[in-house]
Amino acid sequence: MLRLLNKIRKIGTVTEAVPAGRDPDFEEVGEQLRNHVGEMFDGSLAIREVDAGSCNGCELEVNALNNSYYDIERFGIHFVASPRHADMLLVTGPVSKHMEAALRRTYDATPDPKLVLAMGDCGADGGEFGCSYASCGGVSNIIPVDGIIRGCPPTPLALMKAILALVEKRTGGD
Amino acid sequence: MSAYEWLPEFLDRLKADNVLLEEDSITALAKIPMLMLEAEDWGRAAAQAQAFGLRWIGGWADQLGETIRVNACLVYQCEALALRAMLPLDTLVLPSHTPYYPGADRMERHTQDMYGVLFSDHPDPRRWARHHAWGENEYPLRMDFPLAGTRPGPMPTDDNYRFLQAQGAGVYEIPVGPVHAGIIEPGHFRFLAVGEQVLNLEQRLGYVHKGIEKIAVGRDAQGVARLAARVSGDSTVAHSWAACMAMEQAAAVQVPDRGNYLRAIMAERERIANHLGDIGAICNDVAFAFAQYQFSRLREAWQRVSQQVFGHRFMMDCIVPGGVANDADSTGLELIRTGLEPLRREMQELMPILDDNSSLEDRLATTGFLSAEIAAAFGSTGYVGKASGQDIDARRDMRYAPYDRLEMTVPVLQDGDVEARMHIRSEEILASLDLLEQLLRDIPAGDIRSEWHAPVEDVEGVGIVDGWRGEIMTCVRFGANGKLARFFPRDPSWFTWPALEQLIHGNIVPDFPVCNKSVNGSYSGHDL
Repeated sequence: MLRLLNKIRKIGTVTEAVPAGRDPDFEEVGEQLRNHVGEMFDGSLAIREVDAGSCNGCELEVNALNNSYYDIERFGIHFVASPRHADMLLVTGPVSKHMEAALRRTYDATPDPKLVLAMGDCGADGGEFGCSYASCGGVSNIIPVDGIIRGCPPTPLALMKAILALVEKRTGGD
Repeated sequence: MSAYEWLPEFLDRLKADNVLLEEDSITALAKIPMLMLEAEDWGRAAAQAQAFGLRWIGGWADQLGETIRVNACLVYQCEALALRAMLPLDTLVLPSHTPYYPGADRMERHTQDMYGVLFSDHPDPRRWARHHAWGENEYPLRMDFPLAGTRPGPMPTDDNYRFLQAQGAGVYEIPVGPVHAGIIEPGHFRFLAVGEQVLNLEQRLGYVHKGIEKIAVGRDAQGVARLAARVSGDSTVAHSWAACMAMEQAAAVQVPDRGNYLRAIMAERERIANHLGDIGAICNDVAFAFAQYQFSRLREAWQRVSQQVFGHRFMMDCIVPGGVANDADSTGLELIRTGLEPLRREMQELMPILDDNSSLEDRLATTGFLSAEIAAAFGSTGYVGKASGQDIDARRDMRYAPYDRLEMTVPVLQDGDVEARMHIRSEEILASLDLLEQLLRDIPAGDIRSEWHAPVEDVEGVGIVDGWRGEIMTCVRFGANGKLARFFPRDPSWFTWPALEQLIHGNIVPDFPVCNKSVNGSYSGHDL
């Protein structure tokens, strides 16, 4: 136990203390995001991530947002287990034909008003997999999409910027 | 090197069992000896192979005109042997390998759904890859099946799959998925439970089937390499390597030494990154958040170095046919080298903390036990197999460059529980750090890539590499004009998913997440 506590003490707060690991861009985007999330979502934006057929590369980067370098929760953003608790769906693709119905249902289960962000080149237009007997291509072919973040996969920073842009867009529209 | 000293004896056993083998029955699949078998001998050959001690590492079919070729690849110690049967399109019936090799179960059902081959004595002939994207009498990998499919419009849910039923007082079902609670891939789990105890777990996968095998047809080598890099994003390096190895073998393209070293550096970096992530995630699934934060911190730092040196956090598309896409300069290699010792120290500091934690031990030790017998029966490799006594590692066994000139240790444990699967990962991280040290010390100067030239029509290739998740086997066949006619990347998950169904027996439902994470099968790699 002592060793554990000592390790925590020694590592300290990576989020703040490692200059090389800290991206000023990320902090800035985060602050803007915090403000917008504060305004529009009462300080808390709940995201439900849906893998609708991805290669799992995008999922690795979504998960990275929770590591202590990015620690996206400090900006009021958290990932929830059910679409019923979500303000935003973050959907990776391509949407496989076998996930099409599940994605539609997940969308329907998400309360209005909701935002949908399509993630990755595949989420945008099917990417390397395109459209076929097994793939519906991009997310917008199946459910309405409010924003797209390309990349294979997009980096955590790019993803964060896309979330901000989407929230800003919605705030501006209201 | 034994050079197939065992093969004559195995052939004698086949002949003794009335398997028809003539002079011209023994050919070759790429560099692997191959036996051409009569369809009716297909099952008996597997029975003999199983008795002889061969390991079944993959089965796939291929269409040439009016013939479907069914192939299987097996390994005895360190040497591969292929089996092939030719079936005319109007009689696609073949005995099954599943009665002798349970690991063949789903792959045969995949072949059944994709080509319409009926495995006559298969113990479980239910559909597997097919949900509703194509019909019962349609077979997407047949040449006459249109790429765009035959079913436009909204897809219904996959709701009439026949799950195992159980009845009795207190027995209930828990359906989970395809959309899971965490940030993970989709798939369906059907639990039968009594109280908290899991009576049975049945997996229903196939949700991320995106037609990889079909869309590979007609692509050039570079296009297939890009596709291979996205078979399973977390294994992008390993799958790219296996696919390129298969294509290079077919095309007789020799990868320069430096290219091989860079490939291995990337593969070891991929292994370490994923193992770091998994150790943290396993602990997180039993609410030991300390480990999750520590190990995800290490993973992030590690991936940033990959980004700096190779230009991509996962090193996607860095392996290309003929070699690697970009060289790493001396600054980059030095950056990697200086990162090795700090990570070793972190591991030496962190693992004892995990080992000392009694609540962690309480949740991980004896949980999700997989016996060596079951692991062997499914042919589980990687950390799942190695934690259950399976001493298999293609880097050492298949002696592909550059591992043929490196010294390596392959950790193997016998406990078979979640804790062992976590420990194998930490030991593999240390072993990979040793390998990286050697690779960085010995990396030769020179070209990183040979010029690609496409092979003639109908040449095949088989690439076997050890990815972080286990052994990958990728098969290719070239068609006309250097375009691929067949691409089958066999992810190790095919042999660990069924192990999860077994190791959960006797555990409680709340321990399923940690059991699942300790196996960490790839949905995308499996569903193709």
